[in-house]
Amino acid sequence: MDWQYFWELFFGGLTRGSIYALIALGYTMVYGIIELINFAHGEVYMMGAFTALIVAGALGIYGFPALAILIIAAAVAVIYCAAYGLTLEKIAYKPLRDAPRLSPLISAIGMSIFLQNYVILAQTSDFMPFPNLVPQPEFLEPIAHIMGASEVLIIVTSAVSMAALTLFIKYTRMGKAMRATAQNRKMAMLLGIDADKVISLTFVIGSSLAAVGGVLIASHVGQVNFAIGFIAGIKAFTAAVLGGIGSIPGAMLGGLVLGWCESFATGYISSDYEDALAFALLVLILIFRPSGILGKAKTQKV
Amino acid sequence: MRKGWFKGLVAGLAVAVMACPAFAADTIKFGVAGAHSGDLASYGLPTVNAAKLVAKMVNAKGGVLGKQVEVIPQDDQCKPELATNAATKLVSDGANVVLGHICSGATKAALPIYKEANVVLMSPSATNPALTQSGDYPNFFRTIASDDQQAKLGVDFTIDKLGKKKIAVLHDKGDYGKGYAEYAKQFIEQGGKGTVVLFEGVTPGAVDYSAVVQKIRNSGAEAVMFGGYHPEASKIVQQLRKKRMDLPFVSDDGVKDDTFIKVAGKDAEGVYASSSKDVSALPLYKEAIEAHVKEFGAEPGAFYKEAYAASLALLNAIEKAGSTDSAKIMNALRTEFVETSVGKIKFDKRGDAEGVGFSMYQVKNGKYVELK
Repeated sequence: MDWQYFWELFFGGLTRGSIYALIALGYTMVYGIIELINFAHGEVYMMGAFTALIVAGALGIYGFPALAILIIAAAVAVIYCAAYGLTLEKIAYKPLRDAPRLSPLISAIGMSIFLQNYVILAQTSDFMPFPNLVPQPEFLEPIAHIMGASEVLIIVTSAVSMAALTLFIKYTRMGKAMRATAQNRKMAMLLGIDADKVISLTFVIGSSLAAVGGVLIASHVGQVNFAIGFIAGIKAFTAAVLGGIGSIPGAMLGGLVLGWCESFATGYISSDYEDALAFALLVLILIFRPSGILGKAKTQKV
Repeated sequence: MRKGWFKGLVAGLAVAVMACPAFAADTIKFGVAGAHSGDLASYGLPTVNAAKLVAKMVNAKGGVLGKQVEVIPQDDQCKPELATNAATKLVSDGANVVLGHICSGATKAALPIYKEANVVLMSPSATNPALTQSGDYPNFFRTIASDDQQAKLGVDFTIDKLGKKKIAVLHDKGDYGKGYAEYAKQFIEQGGKGTVVLFEGVTPGAVDYSAVVQKIRNSGAEAVMFGGYHPEASKIVQQLRKKRMDLPFVSDDGVKDDTFIKVAGKDAEGVYASSSKDVSALPLYKEAIEAHVKEFGAEPGAFYKEAYAASLALLNAIEKAGSTDSAKIMNALRTEFVETSVGKIKFDKRGDAEGVGFSMYQVKNGKYVELK
């Protein structure tokens, strides 16, 4: 066994998995609260990357240092995407809250297509270069062949976001309201919880995380275009289902499992079968644990 | 009764058709076959324009062998089943030479008919390697390089010029990229001077390629050859450099695109990509474009310069051969150099144009520069 190679693949998978996890958190939170698969989530991620690109471009002219640009661009992207997420919910999902479950799903797909085309028209359909905003510090140079600064930052950000989110949901009033709404919206409302506010907040948090993901990942990969949200969204959604949709640690775990699976499949078998093996794993897990690795089995009352 | 009348008409027409060549024997019949309607018409119509322009120019100078050149277009819509009809029609119309067909599939279907009738066929666009390499059709020529030429150039360049023996061959799983990669693999293995240490397809659009990059490192490759387009190429190159791997990256026409340089930025420096030779400085090329703009009021479309070159080569060969005898025309095509819009060319034994094809380009200071 070549351990050096194993660890290279391990950290490659860790980065990739963290990327998936960061986006998957948004899917899983929304699903947990209103049982909606927000297909436009991938597009929010893409818009985060585009917003950051525009801000970074503008700041770059004035010669700001890279780290300052990263922080400002990420902050602007978060604010923008939070606003987009909120608007999305108000326009596309709220009017359909009591409609049959398929209606908001179609609405979500519609928003996804709308946002993609909006970016094509308002920005460009071309591939755009994204500046590398994460400076490479000297002490990371010895492990640069395994992971660079942008990868370390992605992993750390994902871990911190997940921990903060877990604490927020466990220990704050708002978190408690969220859990209550997720369990039984009608009952929560009877007890005086403003469910609309809780749902809006869920979208704001999920979209903010997607924006952070968009900035970090675009900076890591070095390019953006209007379609990046689609594949990233599909993979993150897979991760969320794998981990147990509705569960926050599940999204993180699902992302990592998917990332490692793809990385090792590429490394030890062939990247020709990367997707095939990842989805074979998904099928296998869903056969034995239909609600995902950490998902709670829920009996549907009729 | 009606049937009898119809039969009579058909018979009469048949006689008339048979008789036609006898009346019109004082022109050179220049058949042009390809997609002139349907989805792929934009590939075929520029060839008709090219043939008409060359014929007009030649006719103005007194024609070929003292006869006027008559262009006879035949539509095949790039469909093999229509291509055989078009070929039969051209042969029975007495075409002396035929320019076409446009698509490889249609060309392959029509070739046996031209071979049977001993008519010289020259395509400006059919790039399937087997058309010439199989050796089945000595009457077939083309003014465009075959699909495998790019891979051949890439392999020779990597092994002989760069001196790299261990090569990782990647592709994007698409028809174009995978084709390039498979030819490259075949040439490396046949040449015996290098080895393919890794042969992999990557998933287009994936968020990150670090696993593939680690695999390249682990394979001990000294160079990477990639078949595909610029979005994947720029991601792979950037991740290679991020992982501190400085090995040469050799790719194809799909990467020789300014978007690649724009997206990959400083990591694009030093990347090699092959593409068709730059002919924009050739006087005949400029002349061909000007003639088109003057006549049709627009820039020409796909394969125009190849078709213009093929028309010049065919008519020149008839003139040099001194007759419309196919054997003599073929001999002239293989022995006489001719100045065309794609350079000074003649044809090799198999029918491929010598001196036509691809050059290697390298990114230097943010621009692709042709390596001589």
